[in-house]
Amino acid sequence: MNYTFQFGVALESLPALLKAAILTVELSFFAFWGGALIGLAGAAAKTFGGRVVRQLAQAYVVFFTNTPALLQIYLLYYGLPEVGILLPSFTCVLLGLTLNAGAYLTEIQRAGFLSVRQTEIEAAETLGMSLWLQIRFVIVPHIAKTIYPPLANMFLILILGSSMAAVFSVDELTGTAINISTETYRWLEMFTLVAGVYIVLTFIASLMLAFVGKRIFRVKARMF
Amino acid sequence: MVERILNEIPRFFEYYSAIFLLKAMATTLLMTLLGVGLGFLLGFLIVYLRQTPGMFWLPVRIIAITYVEVFRRIPFLVILYLVLFFIQAVSPNASLFTIATIGICMLSIAYTSEIIRAGFESVPRQQVEAASAMNFSRWKILRNVIVPQSWPVILPPAFAYMVSFIKDTALVSQIGVVELTFAGKVMNNRGYSALLVYGTILILYFILSYPLTRLGAHLEKRLAPIKN
Amino acid sequence: MPTWKNVLHQLKISNLSSAYGKNVVLTDVSFTVQKGEVVSLVGPSGSGKSTLLRVLVGLTAPTGGSVTLQGDTINYKNKNSVNLSRDRMAIVFQQYNLFQNMDVMRNVTIAPIMIKKRGRAEVEDEARKLLEQVGLSEKLSAYPDDLSGGQQQRVAIARALALKPDLLLLDEVTSALDPELVTEVLDTIRELASGGMTMIIVSHEMGFVREISDQVIMMDEGRIVEIGSPEDIIDNPKTQRAKDFFGKILRH
Repeated sequence: MNYTFQFGVALESLPALLKAAILTVELSFFAFWGGALIGLAGAAAKTFGGRVVRQLAQAYVVFFTNTPALLQIYLLYYGLPEVGILLPSFTCVLLGLTLNAGAYLTEIQRAGFLSVRQTEIEAAETLGMSLWLQIRFVIVPHIAKTIYPPLANMFLILILGSSMAAVFSVDELTGTAINISTETYRWLEMFTLVAGVYIVLTFIASLMLAFVGKRIFRVKARMF
Repeated sequence: MVERILNEIPRFFEYYSAIFLLKAMATTLLMTLLGVGLGFLLGFLIVYLRQTPGMFWLPVRIIAITYVEVFRRIPFLVILYLVLFFIQAVSPNASLFTIATIGICMLSIAYTSEIIRAGFESVPRQQVEAASAMNFSRWKILRNVIVPQSWPVILPPAFAYMVSFIKDTALVSQIGVVELTFAGKVMNNRGYSALLVYGTILILYFILSYPLTRLGAHLEKRLAPIKN
Repeated sequence: MPTWKNVLHQLKISNLSSAYGKNVVLTDVSFTVQKGEVVSLVGPSGSGKSTLLRVLVGLTAPTGGSVTLQGDTINYKNKNSVNLSRDRMAIVFQQYNLFQNMDVMRNVTIAPIMIKKRGRAEVEDEARKLLEQVGLSEKLSAYPDDLSGGQQQRVAIARALALKPDLLLLDEVTSALDPELVTEVLDTIRELASGGMTMIIVSHEMGFVREISDQVIMMDEGRIVEIGSPEDIIDNPKTQRAKDFFGKILRH
């Protein structure tokens, strides 16, 4: 093999990578919460809505879960300017990731709604709880506990999915790695390092999510 | 906007463009079949290695587990670039298609091995122990007891994974493989409206993925009672 | 009455121990089983009874002591030695014994055909006789989840017998069954005992144990507490621990 490894150059760029990691987390974080809100609306639409609303929500979910996120972003990135909407790269990517996540989060939250068993509601009613109390003390905690693992998993998926932003010149982790590599020509070392950063990032995120899950939601801790 | 699209449609679907798109779609499909096929085969191998008992095989077990845990925590784009640069350093004439397929297989194996492992572990331990006490070899136990009972647990996630795989192939466009997404970029660069081009490509991906999603959902319903 | 191999044999266990790291499961267990004898292991949960059986068939590793089967010492670290011992012993567990993906006939015949490499016709013939013996001849093509717990256990016993073992190990085979189903399984075991099968039984069914055992061993916390004839152990326990245990059990 005609290649001498020079990790020194790569390690020098660690600070820049760590800065880029912040952008990765930002992207994942906002896409997650945006998607969660859309998901809540979508899940509500699919569970409680009338026929038209349900079908619209279903169409949204089916479309965004059966097509690649990359292409969804391509459509926004190159398509929106054609109708006169000009968005900065970051926003465009964020919008795409949010819409994509929203579809999956719709299904997750819908499963949560459906998981509330009739018996629990009846038990709460016989205890004399009003609808509001039922929701607060029985339904919401149950749903939260049920959907926490898939939600946490979704967040981790988003951290990895955010790397797509590199395609659109957003300087998150992967994008920064590409930039630095084009300057230093140390592609293998840079990408090995970036892989390491992603592993550490997802590891820390997993730990925190498991911790939060255990303490706040009393979900059994698991390394996702 | 709409007028522009309507004007472009005849040229867009003209013979050579259409062929170009269809060939790209075939590349995506081929990569998917290879990636899923090899993915499950090698995924099975990883699970087998991972469960080999005895102190002697400990290093092998550790390597297998580490591989899975590492490759599930790295974005595909990063894996792809790593495979690209590594292979090009070793063998500069490797085709992009081969590199992309290797890259996507390496990702695939990490995920399929987890699906298979979950399937195997769903078979009650006592059945495995009963077979072991009857002097069944590991391979005989897998073939006669574990695998036949794992299908209901493996198939639904397997189909879901296949759909996810098709979507992952879109990223190989970034290293220049002429598959569906790359074809889209080319068409867009030729001047066609992005809405038209990417809209069409999205629909083509949908046509590839949706039937698999439905098949998976159908299988899940049918296999559910047997799972009990 | 089925005829079993007329090989003179005994099982001798000497100072057997087993531990997972700091967790000691068996300590210094020693006893002997003669051909045709029925030995029962009794004691509270977690006393190591099941572990002892598991060690014998090589599912759990022993950390000390020795096991001699028909004069041959079994080296549990050696795969061939373990396989040889499994050839002569058969075990039935508390539940989930049967292979859910095979019908009753296949469950009983698969090991003799595939492992002992015997002829299909001969094996199936024997299987039919065995299943008739346990009272399940109409269920040859039924699948395990069509059968009741008691029926499944009887098939599991037939399957064990199809291996023509010199020693049969029964690990709490009635503990997971509904009370109505326990009798049919105990009847089957009773018949085996009167047929001369050498058995080690782990059970909570004290009346049954007292009736069919030649030797009763009471274990607690991985050790043998008392060992002797059923009358000695169950009716006249000598140690405090045994007195407590039998006192509690017999009060039901």
